[in-house]
Amino acid sequence: MASLLGRFCRKLVVPGSAHGSRMVSTTSCDSEAVKSLNLYSAINQALHIALETDPRSYVFGEDVGFGGVFRCTTGLAERFGKNRVFNTPLCEQGIVGFGIGLAAMGNRAVVEIQFADYIYPAFDQIVNEAAKFRYRSGNQFNCGGLTIRAPYGAVGHGGHYHSQSPEAFFCHVPGIKVVIPRSPREAKGLLLSSIRDPNPVVFFEPKWLYRQAVEEVPEHDYMIPLSQAEVIREGSDITLVGWGAQLTVMEQACLDAEKEGISCELIDLKTLLPWDKETVEASVKKTGRLLISHEAPITGGFGAEISATILERCFLKLEAPVSRVCGLDTPFPLVFEPFYMPTKNKILNAIKSTVNY
Amino acid sequence: MAIWFARSRTLVSSLRQNLGLSAIFIKHNYSSRRPVFTNSQLSPRVFLDPFSSYRHESTAVETHPYLVQQSDHEDDAQELDFPGGKVGYTSEMKFIPESSSRRIPCYRVLNEHGKIISDSDFIPVSEKLAVRMYEQMATLQVMDHIFYEAQRQGRISFYLTSVGEEAINIASAAALSPEDVVLPQYREPGVLLWRGFTLEEFANQCFGNKADYGKGRQMPIHYGSNQHNYFTVSSPIATQLPQAAGVGYALKMEKKNACAVTFIGDGGTSEGDFHAGLNFAAVMEAPVVFICRNNGWAISTHISEQFRSDGIVVKGQAYGIRSIRVDGNDALAVYSAVRSAREMAVKEQRPVLIEAMTYRVGHHSTSDDSTKYRAADEIQYWKMSRNPVNRFKKWVEDNGWWSEEDESKLRSSTRKQLLQAIQAAEKWEKQPLTELFNDVYDVKTKNLEEQELGLKELVEKQPQDYPLGFHN
Repeated sequence: MASLLGRFCRKLVVPGSAHGSRMVSTTSCDSEAVKSLNLYSAINQALHIALETDPRSYVFGEDVGFGGVFRCTTGLAERFGKNRVFNTPLCEQGIVGFGIGLAAMGNRAVVEIQFADYIYPAFDQIVNEAAKFRYRSGNQFNCGGLTIRAPYGAVGHGGHYHSQSPEAFFCHVPGIKVVIPRSPREAKGLLLSSIRDPNPVVFFEPKWLYRQAVEEVPEHDYMIPLSQAEVIREGSDITLVGWGAQLTVMEQACLDAEKEGISCELIDLKTLLPWDKETVEASVKKTGRLLISHEAPITGGFGAEISATILERCFLKLEAPVSRVCGLDTPFPLVFEPFYMPTKNKILNAIKSTVNY
Repeated sequence: MAIWFARSRTLVSSLRQNLGLSAIFIKHNYSSRRPVFTNSQLSPRVFLDPFSSYRHESTAVETHPYLVQQSDHEDDAQELDFPGGKVGYTSEMKFIPESSSRRIPCYRVLNEHGKIISDSDFIPVSEKLAVRMYEQMATLQVMDHIFYEAQRQGRISFYLTSVGEEAINIASAAALSPEDVVLPQYREPGVLLWRGFTLEEFANQCFGNKADYGKGRQMPIHYGSNQHNYFTVSSPIATQLPQAAGVGYALKMEKKNACAVTFIGDGGTSEGDFHAGLNFAAVMEAPVVFICRNNGWAISTHISEQFRSDGIVVKGQAYGIRSIRVDGNDALAVYSAVRSAREMAVKEQRPVLIEAMTYRVGHHSTSDDSTKYRAADEIQYWKMSRNPVNRFKKWVEDNGWWSEEDESKLRSSTRKQLLQAIQAAEKWEKQPLTELFNDVYDVKTKNLEEQELGLKELVEKQPQDYPLGFHN
């Protein structure tokens, strides 16, 4: 099922920043009512719609009552009441455990973990409980109504504990889904799909884009399918795969590469678990080269899974080794962030060396 | 509530004795005030001090017959305003003692000889109910014995018994309604037994055969039944506690006449999820009954190595949760306590904590030999002299409701039924291989479809590497 509006029917504007300018504009589609929204507003809209369309849905977590530290939950408590939208004690394992209990009783629990960096106390509940709830019970019970939202990723000044990208830990857990949107329009549709998916979903939101990314977002209720990657830029020389905020950086690298005569195909994975191998495989079979980029440290990062799978499937078609441009194997540093990050030029260098292999 | 009780007496006075810290804190003796500083040294004195109002508004003590009113105010005028409400202050530096001078007493109804202690508060139990309770306690004993032996014979891979905790298992279950949602730890199969899970169903799960509702995915004793409102057991300790808070909240939102009931052992209360579960249930005002089976041992770890508090009951108040300590080997006391707790939870939409004192007579599991870390005569003592089944049996017999003939009939027929159940379960078809791949998600994903195909081919090619009987 294709998304309601094709990728040409939106306008993505991300003002310039230390990460390089990020202007990408395409023609706007006006058959549906749209509004220019940033990421947190798009997510807020999705939450409003989710609560409106299912009276048995709940939103809770630390500080969500007043709107949340990133304003994603603005207006929800006022509109839907404190019984459905509420603050919780400061306890991630409690938040997720409570959410599992609610979901197991047939409700939708959309819980917020304030920063992905703080999700670890809930790791046991996510891995040992939520992920296995249906399987271990022989499908007598399930907590599919659980969705865990958490802001992730670099923000320019976050350091160790406000910048992490922990997606790799969760991609190793059969039974949950891991979804990461790249923009406001994508986030709204993917979040609604995640909330309504009958499986527990971990939804990482690129905090860098909460205010920075502005896009025309349709006002109505729409969903973007999970486990379907999207080719957001067509090319013939090399395939680039990424997710979340990193895609805007990769897009810039693609533009620069184009000036040097290299045609890049860029894929947004969107869902990391279960991931769409077929789309990536088809692209690499066409281009013969693969580059993966993510903020998370390179060793054991999700890029390794993509690389290994594509190697298995496309070995004879590959013209060069799979390239990974990722964060360094260090805790996320503060003053050294510009050195740590997989920047546009690091990606550009890797594109060139892959093409010239 | 007063009318339920078998004896009419001032509930307040009876409960004052049994009440915890708040009662003790009231007993302050101002005449024994001493200077804080002695000689050249600061020696902080430890006093018990009445709290003028130690809880903020939303958890104000209502005029409730069970609770002592905070009427002994001192220093009324001297109050400070802080987030969280008014609090009296004092210029004497006092530390709350690490423990009360007296341990929280244990509520019991039957003495060791199966006689009702005079002037006990308890909810009467009819002959029919009492006989059923006894039968189920005895059935649980027989079931534990036979399955344990089956593991020893290599017929099932694992088992753990509830020996010594039959009263907690059965009496708590008897006190609940079928709509109450149970989230067990793993030593509460009696609750499922009470609700109607058959011996055959227990056997099927232990053998992981095709009839197992869990589809053979988990170790034995990891029972679950949505039909009986009994969540599937999972091995990690205490994870069910915050989930129970969520379940209770769901029932509250649905305005159901039901609560969540969840079990935990003494060891489990050390887990972070215990703190999370109780705190969430209290803050969310969720109808949850937390039942802690304090059986003295967490595998080889004695409770003296588990916590330094007076057991678990004292922790309830720290969360703003009403709590009681009960003799877990006294079926009547457990029944009354759980029934009352359940009513409070549902009517008042609040959590309640019950600490049921007992002893784990059996080993932790079939993978454990507890004689390695505890005295064999300690085990014998509890098995013979503090046996909850015998104790209740005496009471039932004394009432003329049970005879030796009933006893031998029950034991032999249950034994026979169990042996048959095991034989049948052992012979039953195995789960089809496709169940390895189902239910990871609601719908099988592509990678799982591929892996299933690959495995199928492999098994056909090299069947000698794989156990027999798992055909599709």
